[in-house]
Amino acid sequence: MSSAASHSVLTSESAQDFDLWIEAGHTEKHYWRDLWRYRELLFILAWRDVAVRYKQTVAGAAWALVQPLVSILIMTVIFGKAAGLPSLGAAPYAIMVCAAMLPWQFFSNAVSTASQSLVNNANMISKVYFPRLIVPASSIFVSLVDFMISLAILAGLMTWYQFWPTWRIITLPLFIALAIFAALGPGLLITALSVRYRDFRFIIPFIVQFGMFVSPVGYSSELIRQKFGEGWLLVYSLNPLVGVIEGFRWAIIGGDARFFSLGTCLSLVVAAVFFVVGISYFRKTERSFADIV
Amino acid sequence: MSRETVISVEGLSKKYILGQNKAGSGGLRHAVEDLVKAPVRWVRGEGKKAPQGPNEFWAVKDVSFSIKRGEVVGIIGRNGAGKSTLLKMLSRITEPTEGRIGIKGRIASLLEVGTGFHPELTGRENISLNGAILGMTQAEIRKKFDEIVQFAEVAKFLDTPVKHYSSGMYVRLAFAVAAHLEPEILVVDEVLAVGDAQFQQKCLGKMQEVSTQQGRTVLFVSHAMHSVKALCTTGILLDQGRIELRGPITEVVAAYSGHAPRRGDPSTLASNRSLGLSLVNASLHQTEKLGTLIVRAKFQLDRPISEAGIGVHIETTAGFELCYLRPETTGLRFGQRSGELQVEFELTSLSERLGAGTYFLGLSFHETNWKCCLDRTPVGEFVVPSLDFYGTGYPPKFEKDGAVVLPVRLIQVG
Repeated sequence: MSSAASHSVLTSESAQDFDLWIEAGHTEKHYWRDLWRYRELLFILAWRDVAVRYKQTVAGAAWALVQPLVSILIMTVIFGKAAGLPSLGAAPYAIMVCAAMLPWQFFSNAVSTASQSLVNNANMISKVYFPRLIVPASSIFVSLVDFMISLAILAGLMTWYQFWPTWRIITLPLFIALAIFAALGPGLLITALSVRYRDFRFIIPFIVQFGMFVSPVGYSSELIRQKFGEGWLLVYSLNPLVGVIEGFRWAIIGGDARFFSLGTCLSLVVAAVFFVVGISYFRKTERSFADIV
Repeated sequence: MSRETVISVEGLSKKYILGQNKAGSGGLRHAVEDLVKAPVRWVRGEGKKAPQGPNEFWAVKDVSFSIKRGEVVGIIGRNGAGKSTLLKMLSRITEPTEGRIGIKGRIASLLEVGTGFHPELTGRENISLNGAILGMTQAEIRKKFDEIVQFAEVAKFLDTPVKHYSSGMYVRLAFAVAAHLEPEILVVDEVLAVGDAQFQQKCLGKMQEVSTQQGRTVLFVSHAMHSVKALCTTGILLDQGRIELRGPITEVVAAYSGHAPRRGDPSTLASNRSLGLSLVNASLHQTEKLGTLIVRAKFQLDRPISEAGIGVHIETTAGFELCYLRPETTGLRFGQRSGELQVEFELTSLSERLGAGTYFLGLSFHETNWKCCLDRTPVGEFVVPSLDFYGTGYPPKFEKDGAVVLPVRLIQVG
């Protein structure tokens, strides 16, 4: 038996001998590789959230359709019929609203569920290591599943109005990817902030409610240009959702929708800035999540 | 087998700022205030906020050690000694404040059984979920699935939501998943202290198999000295965040068990800072009456507790747990309390139940639902006086006759 003293003497191994060094302020070399290794966890957490959500409900997954459908109806009635706002070219008002409502609902669900995801999984965070990015990312994935289901509404409305899409519909996956990109930035930023500042639980519903009116959901951004001019349209386009929604309308409605404009580019730049800020802030703070969650 | 170093810990420290989580002090308002004041501070040439001395608390301070491949190390120490913090740093859950850890090979940690279990999901679904959380791939889980189910003894209830499971079944399933992890380094915290005795034995066996037959490196934290001794080859004794002893497990356990209680020490014996609870002092008094022991303990509760109870833990000097009298079993419990709590209780007929000798006594504090908030804290030793129990003129002694005294009577000789 060796004595206690000989055990506490450090063996001087060189740094290369170890696969992993854990130290303060040390950014992980293998972060993205780890993230890839844990990719299954992302889908399993998403699957858990989906599997659990509709337990003990009568309507089940139909709830994924009800919420956007009712919103579309209300928007169509209030903005299209009561206020008499113009639609985009030949498209029925309901379809124009639907083309925007679906990405908006995806965005707002993604941001609000992601923001609470770490707090809701606090137990896991404080007991097991995995790249923390997995948790909000899986929430966003769940919102994406909801979005895919709600595409049925769009198909239904198009059939109802006998409104057929053009070739541009095949570019839709591109804009879905853009919507995910736009949701990741603010989503991760707010998720990281919510761990420390629970205030965001109360701020989020407000942002979501407010956001729907400053995004071209119930009306077209063409309306902003007509009423306030090009200058204000650019200010309006600082909202990253403007570019995403314009893209959806361009792909779904076709003909009269505009996508390639200065405003859209500006909006996409803002989304990219959010993406970079969101990821870097998340990575900067995630090491201390277990201590404060 | 090569005996290379697989874990190297160098000058590891972890600092917590106390009260950080309390409402207000770390909130958004402060952050905004800080942000606004930052330019002013910058102009004045002040750095960041001055460190707050008195609120700092070093959970682990300047700890260094190394572990070789295949070594099974028991980490022991009293509550608040820094064991859990050390494991959390090793498992990458929390970041060290100072120092570093080098790790070679895949590491998996098991700080709790059933992390991420969802009550609404079935046993089958929870196996996949929990396995993924612990870092197994779905292919690995499918391969081990039957083994896991068999180990957990829940085959019949595989498609039942775990919310309908008995607590025993739940724990068995949770441990079974964890037991089939196959990392090169396994970090385990106190998880064997769950389930019934038979299952605990099974878990212990599985752990032994993992460490001895498969040659993995294991770090194991436990209060149950007999399991530590059974499993580990070497040990680390922590006290107040520092290493007190690093050596062969027998020496380390002996040092821990012989840890003299600090009688009349003004500082507290143990505390659970996050739950606002501390054991201020405790004393054992042997009375005139043979084999009666009076225990007095003083607790400090920083918040009201609606239902509380005290557990009594008795072990031999070698660290073998003789009994753990839990409040729900013994009725050693009381209603709503807050502030200072003085408790006095007695243990009687000791000589009629225990062999004459020295034993250690520990106390635990339980809250509503008998959740343990302050685990078995050693408070002192007591001597069971000899008693001629069998009337043979030879009173049973611990060293010769063992810890337990049982009535035995001759019925017939053929």
